[in-house]
This record gives sequence, structure tokens and C-alpha cells, in this order.
Amino acid sequence: MNAKAIVVTSGKGGVGKTTTTANVGAALAQLGEKVVVIDTDVGLRNLDVVMGLEGRVVFDLIDVFEGRCKLKQALIRDKRVETLHLLAASQVKDKSALSEERMKETVTALLEEEGFDRVVIDSPAGIEGGFQTAASAATGALVVVNPEVSSVRDADRIIGLLEAREVTEVKLIINRMRPKMVERGDMLEVADVLEILGVKLIGIVPEDEQILISTNIGSPASLEEGAKNGAGTAFRDIARRIQGEDIPYPNFERSGGFLASLRRLFGSN
Amino acid sequence: MFGLFGRGKSKDKLKERLKLVLSYDRAGLTPGKMEELKDELLQVISKYFPATEGDYDVNVEQQGNRMVFVANLPVQKK
Repeated sequence: MNAKAIVVTSGKGGVGKTTTTANVGAALAQLGEKVVVIDTDVGLRNLDVVMGLEGRVVFDLIDVFEGRCKLKQALIRDKRVETLHLLAASQVKDKSALSEERMKETVTALLEEEGFDRVVIDSPAGIEGGFQTAASAATGALVVVNPEVSSVRDADRIIGLLEAREVTEVKLIINRMRPKMVERGDMLEVADVLEILGVKLIGIVPEDEQILISTNIGSPASLEEGAKNGAGTAFRDIARRIQGEDIPYPNFERSGGFLASLRRLFGSN
Repeated sequence: MFGLFGRGKSKDKLKERLKLVLSYDRAGLTPGKMEELKDELLQVISKYFPATEGDYDVNVEQQGNRMVFVANLPVQKK
């Protein structure tokens, strides 16, 4: 992806935006990029705990916006990966402080003055102000979708809103795939979701209990070796695809039809 | 199709539902409004030639990047 500022969004809550932000951000940093992940879910701070950095939050995004601290002071450096940084959300529920203007200024400063290679912005659920602010500074988007009815519907809505905002690079991550259910015909296949939503795929992440375990200990799964076809690997693959590498998709299903249909889809693109 | 344990492919049903609901969402129409539109359209059309009632099909659907309103109204043969 050419976009240096990427918003992670979904419309629907609970589909894996924060997990995706943490894991993709960490994986990009491990690949050598200087990365900052920004939590824009004002009032409901979560990215810090998912990344295990909650003990080190002093200043947050709203402090930066309102000039209570310098941008540098609010950047929390990760201990595991030196090039990974977090900008936490405020727990104050004053959402009026979240201005698009400030957001754009901050992201520009991160890229141009602080020398970051990539800014990954975790959007709140919904399509209101919080999402709009998160998307305002982005030129690329990772839309996270679960293969179920309400998530796909909300993703479609979000994709429309991103297009209207002129976020030009919109890529889809299908999260929580359950190969066995796909095989039984009880879960949408990757090809179905792509056909319905009409955007390009950048990742397929299987349902994996390792994600809960790594969240429990506050260490992104993408930083560990993990299972070969596990979620950690899938997130690392996404980071490499963002960097432009052509990584093949593993065959999560036992039946051959899935990979074949995927190839057909990509072949025709 | 539907096996012994009612195991029709639930994903096929879901895909069908999603395609329909998204076509309405994208066009900013509700299914109810669409019904009204169908009725009015048929009234207008029948002023000019006899259309076969009940045997028509009006939909919004995705064609490439755009939403298209498609009306299929068979004309009654004389």
C-alpha cells in the first residue's frame, strides 16, 4: 500500500479492529518500519491494554490536540519492538475535542517531523464523528469484516463512506474465518465476501484462541512465531502485503474448491 | 438440497439476503418504497401499453461500480 496513514475500521463493533491495529502495527514495526498506532476511540481506551502498554500512558491524543503536552511526550515506545509506538486515546468522554483539523495536523507532524514511516489509526465503531475523525487523516484503509450478515452490511456502508472521503486505498481483512464452517457451507467463503463488497483483499485471519491468550498477556500475536496457519502468521502476512510483497494465501480449508475460487478471483483482477 | 438434518447451505441463504439488502442500502431505498415505486411504475407503463400484471420484475442491482435500476415488464401480445 502506498498510503502512509492507514485507518482500521469496520462500522460494526467487536469484529477485531483493535486486535488488527495492534497486530499489523507490531508486525510492520518488526519488519523495520517506524510505526505509530493511534487509538481514536475516545472515552473507551483499549489499544493500550491490547498492546500491554497501559502502565506507561501519561499523555493521550486529546492532550496533544489541546496542547497540554508535546507530540513527542505522548508517544509511548514499545519495549519489545523499538520502532513501535502508541498514541493512546483519552478516557475523558468529551468527544468534541476530537477535531478533524487536529487529527490531520497530528498525522502530518508524525510523518513529516517525527519521521514515522507508517501511522495506523484504530477507528471507533460506528459511522459518526469518531469514525469520521479517524478517517480524516488517512489515505488508506483496512476494513475489517467478519463473515456474517451484520458485519458485511456495515462494512459495505463504511466502504461507501471511505470512498466519499476520498480514502483511495481500501483493502479488506476477513477476520475470524472458521474453515470447518466454510467447508460445511455454513459460513461465507472469502470469494463470496469479495464478490459482495467489491474491494480488494489483503488478509484472511482465522479464528484463533491464541489471539485471546496474547491479548490476556498484552503481547500482539504477530510478534510470536505461533502456529503455521494461525492468526499471528496471518497478521504478519498482512504487514508484508502492505509493504508490497506478494504473499500467497494459505489454504485454510481442506477442500480444494476454496483456493481454486480464490485464485480465480485474483486471476481475473 | 436439504439433507436429512436440514443442512441446506446456510451461507447460500445468507449470500442471497446480503445481496438483496445491500442493493437497497446502496440505492438508499427501503423495500417498502420499492413496492410503491413498482406499483406506480406499472400504472404509468399501462397508460401506454398493456403490461402483464404480476409478471414483472423491478430491482436495483450492482453492475460493476454502479447501482442500476432494472425493470423487466413483459408486454402483452395482442
